Amino acid sequence: SSWWSHVEMGPPDPILGVTEAFKRDTNSKKMNLGVGAYRDDNGKPYVLNCVRKAEAQIAAKKMDKEYLPIAGLADFTRASAELALGENSEAFKSGRYVTVQGISGTGSLRIGANFLQRFFKSSRDVYLPKPSWGNHTPIFRDAGLQLQAYRYYDPKTCSLDFSGAMDDISKIPEKSIILLHACAHNPTGVDPRQEQWKEMAAVVKKRNLLVYFDMAYQGFASGDINRDAWAVRHFIEQGINIVLAQSYAKNMGLYGERVGAFTVICSDAEEAKRVESQLKILIRPMYSNPPINGARIASLILNSPDLRKEWLVEVKSMADRIISMRTQLVSNLKKEGSSHNWQHITDQIGMFCFTGLKPEQVERLTKEFSIYMTKDGRISVAGVTSGNVGYLAHAIHQVTK
Amino acid sequence: LAAYRTDEGQPWVLPVVRKVEQVIAADGSLNHEYLPILGLPEFRASASRIALGDGSPAISENRIGSVQSLGGTGALRIGAEFLRRWYNGNNNTATPVYISSPSWENHNAVFVDAGFKDIRTYHYWDAAKRGLDLHGLLEDMEKAPEFSIFILHACAHNPTGTDPTPDEWKQIAAVMKRRFLFPFFDSAYQGFASGNLDKDAWAVRYFVSEGFELFCAQSFSKNFGLYNERVGNLTVVGKDADSVKRVLSQMEKIVRTTWSNPPSQGARIVATTLTSPQLFAEWKDNVKTMADRVLLMRSELRSRLESLGTPGTWNHITDQIGMFSFTGLNPKQVEYMIKEKHIYLMASGRINMCGLTTKNLDYVAKSIHEAVTKIQ
Repeated sequence: SSWWSHVEMGPPDPILGVTEAFKRDTNSKKMNLGVGAYRDDNGKPYVLNCVRKAEAQIAAKKMDKEYLPIAGLADFTRASAELALGENSEAFKSGRYVTVQGISGTGSLRIGANFLQRFFKSSRDVYLPKPSWGNHTPIFRDAGLQLQAYRYYDPKTCSLDFSGAMDDISKIPEKSIILLHACAHNPTGVDPRQEQWKEMAAVVKKRNLLVYFDMAYQGFASGDINRDAWAVRHFIEQGINIVLAQSYAKNMGLYGERVGAFTVICSDAEEAKRVESQLKILIRPMYSNPPINGARIASLILNSPDLRKEWLVEVKSMADRIISMRTQLVSNLKKEGSSHNWQHITDQIGMFCFTGLKPEQVERLTKEFSIYMTKDGRISVAGVTSGNVGYLAHAIHQVTK
Repeated sequence: LAAYRTDEGQPWVLPVVRKVEQVIAADGSLNHEYLPILGLPEFRASASRIALGDGSPAISENRIGSVQSLGGTGALRIGAEFLRRWYNGNNNTATPVYISSPSWENHNAVFVDAGFKDIRTYHYWDAAKRGLDLHGLLEDMEKAPEFSIFILHACAHNPTGTDPTPDEWKQIAAVMKRRFLFPFFDSAYQGFASGNLDKDAWAVRYFVSEGFELFCAQSFSKNFGLYNERVGNLTVVGKDADSVKRVLSQMEKIVRTTWSNPPSQGARIVATTLTSPQLFAEWKDNVKTMADRVLLMRSELRSRLESLGTPGTWNHITDQIGMFSFTGLNPKQVEYMIKEKHIYLMASGRINMCGLTTKNLDYVAKSIHEAVTKIQ
């Protein structure tokens, strides 16, 4: 007999299921709009030129493979903090922060969740926007926290339910944890405007909430790293000591290298040191110390003026292509004769778009047109190219007219 | 953290690793896309094969699974998280976990943070005889509650360097089988200990041949010198393919909330090496180079101490294996070594054999001699 007789088969990953079905489809016109990675205009993965250059430089140096410190590559973590906070940030310049290297966005979120579970004794509740990235819930749950929600997306308008969000947030019990997507909300693509962020910051401050920012798309959303970090920086300037998870999977195309960072804004540098020591105690029994390859690449890019400049151009070009596909999709829908309002497609930002399509319509898109997306009507705009945007518009029009 | 050093006292990137890195760098078809949640398939299969052996019945019977992990630590943690959720009931945090006394200092925290509430030690090091306390170990296993989890060092026990002999392993396995104890192997030094991959995997393979369901956390940090790339693998051996499939599906859920999917660089290097006959042969050679140097330092240190007539017996230096050695020096003697001779050991008397070189052997031997004769 086996120890594992009672172990249940885990549920199939919904997004993986989309990709599997896509692979099996023989239709030459098929489109995979479930993919959560950037694709170029030929539908191919894109390795940034600045990444290739950084890799070549690193290879030439023939460095050793000695363990990184538990908190990661210092040049990387410092540059990562500066990228998020801004070089003129008082919090950054005063050193009243700690940034540890994390295993991309997930690992950074998890370190933070574990840290809050252990040291944030005021509440066990994490408030997520409705909807949020599917993995947020299990991450916080596995860390031992509880999940709550605040209104966010309005399916009637395919945009932000601002009054609903403000209403819910103003009622969150004091000293709870609230998670905010810094930019390019996943999965809806709906971001607050700056005036709306200001109001949210005021309420959050009034309720004395612990703010947890998830920033997985800095630079990738608008094409401007400063603009995409505006909310994070505004909150800090308002005196809110946030915690922050960053990912370099999308904005540097370093998906499989697992590059990320977790930051805690503290009262002062001395507190930051104490917090760092506790983060290390959490990290060591998880994986001891982080992988170096991606962090070295990211560090070289962020810290070398030439490579950094090149990176900013490349990340803008990725963002621009996405924005262009949104624009073309809408104009193609109009050309098809669609009478629906598709403005939300261009209002939304980032990799993902909540089309507003219903499950039956999504099913028709898949069955009749071999266009694959998740049941909630979310498409990855990264999977759209100038070569297939016409086909996509045609198909959407067919199922919605 | 301990890492291999050359005879010049320098870190050593294995020549085969440099070669493979260049191959990877030159391969324009490679990109940085996500790996699957459980890792690079070629890595997982070849890594488990290294532990279990090509001819393993578990492999031919399709009842093994692999989870690419962030180093040996990551493999231990995923295994621990799984056991806490699914072993001996559902979420049974009360299942005792036994860790050797002494052990790698991070073992404890891995299982505590995974949620286990009852962490115990089992007798291992016999300070008086400077060897394995087999009697104490077996007694602890007899007394342990049924279904307890035992963390076993596959080879090159850290920190004592003292491994059970094959015969002693057989006795351990017999008790564990009779008392339904779960073997969780920590294999961080395969190849690095004796210089021979199969020899260093003997214990794991014996347990498999005895029909155990077990976990084996593998690290490629030392034997591939890939410390900072975080290359590890959790090998799962089950009774049948279906249970392994279900186990892996649940491990996927655990991985997804810990790191989503593992880093690709190190796994690519290992997979490329292990799946090419030529590179595999080169790697084995590199591993033997490291193991042989450590073995040489052991025999040289022992012979010097014996020539000096240092009081006590010193055969334990060569009986022990791997990176570390429990010298038997007491805390006062260790303090002397550190303060007066600037030789850094742990308070336990543990020495890192990789720190020895042909240039410093005489000095270290003389210092040990002084410490033992001057300080009691």
